[in-house]
Amino acid sequence: MAEIKWAPHIHDSETTSRIMWSVIISLLPALAGSVWFFGPAVLKIVLVCIVSCVISEILSQRVFGKTIKVYDGSAVVTGMLLAFVLPPATPLWMAAVGGFLAIFLAKELFGGLGHNIFNPALTARAILTASFPLEMTQFTAPFSYRIDAVSTATPLGIIKESLDTQLPSLFDMLIGNRSGCIGETCTLLLLLGGIFLLLRRIITWHIPVSYVLTVAFLSALTEQAPLFQIMAGGLILGAFFMATDYATSPLTGRGKLIFGAGCGIITFLIRLKGSYPEGVAYSILIMNMFVPFIDKYTLPKKFGLSHSRDFSRLRRFSPKNPGGVNK
Amino acid sequence: MFNGGVKLVDFKELSKEKHIEDFPLPEKAAIPLSQHTGLPAKPVVKKGDAVLKGQVIGEPAGFISSFIHSSVSGTVAGIENVPLPGGKSSPAVVIQNDGQDTAVEMEKRNWLSLQPKEIVSLVREAGIVGMGGAAFPTFVKLTVPEGKKADCVILNGCECEPFLTADYRVLKEQCGGVIEGLQIICRALSIQKAYIGLENNKKDIAAMVKNAARNLHDSIKIRIKVLPERYPQGSEKHLIKSVAGKEVPSGGLPVDIGCVVFNVQTALAVRDAVCCGLPLIERVLTVTGLVPESRNLKVRIGTPISRILDYCGAEMKPGRRIVIGGPMMGVNLHSADAPVIKSTTGILILPQEEMPEEIRPCIRCGRCIEACPMRLVPAELSRRAENKDWEGCVRFDVADCIECGCCSYVCPAKRPMVELFKWAKAEMRRL
Repeated sequence: MAEIKWAPHIHDSETTSRIMWSVIISLLPALAGSVWFFGPAVLKIVLVCIVSCVISEILSQRVFGKTIKVYDGSAVVTGMLLAFVLPPATPLWMAAVGGFLAIFLAKELFGGLGHNIFNPALTARAILTASFPLEMTQFTAPFSYRIDAVSTATPLGIIKESLDTQLPSLFDMLIGNRSGCIGETCTLLLLLGGIFLLLRRIITWHIPVSYVLTVAFLSALTEQAPLFQIMAGGLILGAFFMATDYATSPLTGRGKLIFGAGCGIITFLIRLKGSYPEGVAYSILIMNMFVPFIDKYTLPKKFGLSHSRDFSRLRRFSPKNPGGVNK
Repeated sequence: MFNGGVKLVDFKELSKEKHIEDFPLPEKAAIPLSQHTGLPAKPVVKKGDAVLKGQVIGEPAGFISSFIHSSVSGTVAGIENVPLPGGKSSPAVVIQNDGQDTAVEMEKRNWLSLQPKEIVSLVREAGIVGMGGAAFPTFVKLTVPEGKKADCVILNGCECEPFLTADYRVLKEQCGGVIEGLQIICRALSIQKAYIGLENNKKDIAAMVKNAARNLHDSIKIRIKVLPERYPQGSEKHLIKSVAGKEVPSGGLPVDIGCVVFNVQTALAVRDAVCCGLPLIERVLTVTGLVPESRNLKVRIGTPISRILDYCGAEMKPGRRIVIGGPMMGVNLHSADAPVIKSTTGILILPQEEMPEEIRPCIRCGRCIEACPMRLVPAELSRRAENKDWEGCVRFDVADCIECGCCSYVCPAKRPMVELFKWAKAEMRRL
């Protein structure tokens, strides 16, 4: 540690690792719920994901000749989030592969913390889904660990395939008594964690609110039950914990509103028209690509340019003026 | 009110109730010839000369420069290079104090009978510079450039930096003098309208100031504005935005929108110079932090900082550091031999905080964008500066950065934002 040489001489107490550990704490209630519904075996998956992420981060930072920064806790967050988007019966080796993909491919290859353009956990999930479609779509029914493992369709799967299985009630979906990925089912406990993050000022309301409201609004417009659409899939997990990832979401409030709305529209389109029952993961990954573009047009206007219409920013970014000197 | 900024714990209660004390005269005063913005002054005395308190010892070397006066009476011991509180060094006239404190003859005047031009030249001859920290020669501000029109004077009583209470004490104890100074400034600029901006944590003196500003024997209207407590409320541009609702154009000066801003102690110095003929040879500063007792001291320019530290019983242990100025924009003191200069607002003894050795990565949390009062994008800017992409820094308006430190303060990765931006600005000047 070094001494302070330059102003400012005082600093806010918030640090990167405090933020990361707060996110980990915010995920614990939903994890506890998941253990209750899907059995202690999910803890093994979570553990394997975390260990795989941490080891992958240490190894890749070694390989790239960087200082080891694993203590900041970001790899643990990625590991937990990855486990949250895997089915409860995922083979452990697959979870380990996912951890490696998330950290090495999606994060460290792009330059490490803060430089990745795609959400690491969701990238790993997308690759695993493409590579192992069978295992990644086998969902066990809640409490089936107490008897024999019974696989069943997720609520969105039931709708998509028009199965005549009984849909879970809204109350069951609220408390998490439905099939789905490890961390996505307990709506209430996820909201608890989300509110904690909001109160801790780690995330802002913009993305969760615009994302969830867009899905609800479009559902109401097409005569689907909005509450069912909000709680049936991974929307709450995605809106509070995935889409709000700092590195892969816009910098400003306005940008975040646009980003959330975009995620909502794509999620809804995939659910309604796509052949996948669920679209949260892909919608966030697709919107991740738009982040630099959204940022470009939503960054604040600097002080002292308070004319109602200011085109100077557009000019400053134009390819014809790469030097960008604003004259 | 401006966008951005940060809410800080102000620690002002440490020294807020402490009366201004006269600090004992130094045995030796080292008065730097460069303690203002602009060219260093030329010395007009030589070794062995006898000087009186208030005697001119340095003359301006150009338009933007300043007169320098002796703060004690005695003999010139030589012209030596001394370290400045900011880390640079400057030639200084070192005066051996004879302890008599004999002053040059000072002329008392009634400012009501003076013409604006006469006031401006008196201010210039008194060596008055901005005492809020920037040290820009005050007479230049009183000379409105041709083609521009000033219509509003703002007295900056915000003192938005935590810990500092010198301006607050001056306003409280010498309210009449400060208001008179403000009136003289208005007369010099031929303006009828003035504002006094106070931060909410000084609202206890708002009523008193209001009262003092009410029954003036002149047609100048002075209004008090109590502003929210939000750093950097006392930044010139942001004070104007809060008081007058206008934004100084990017790259422009306050006078472009008709505003001129002065610090509380500058106004008092103007009064002392115009009415009493007293040049700027002393100032009030706050000594606080890890000292047995925090104080507000009236100190002669040229007093070694080490003497003040001894006087206040400040123990320098490992894990402590001295900051000159406020904690947000002040500088680490490198040498306690450095003297107090016209822009020294305070001496803080702070505990050493631990900072990461290397620059940690930006996690793009966006806190700095919310905090930036200039509405810049420190996150993007700092990445470009880190990669030495100077063109990118220009594109993201590094030139508009006021180095207030809000971005560094809120950054969870503890990135040295301001340091990076200062570096980028220096590189821009070189290109």
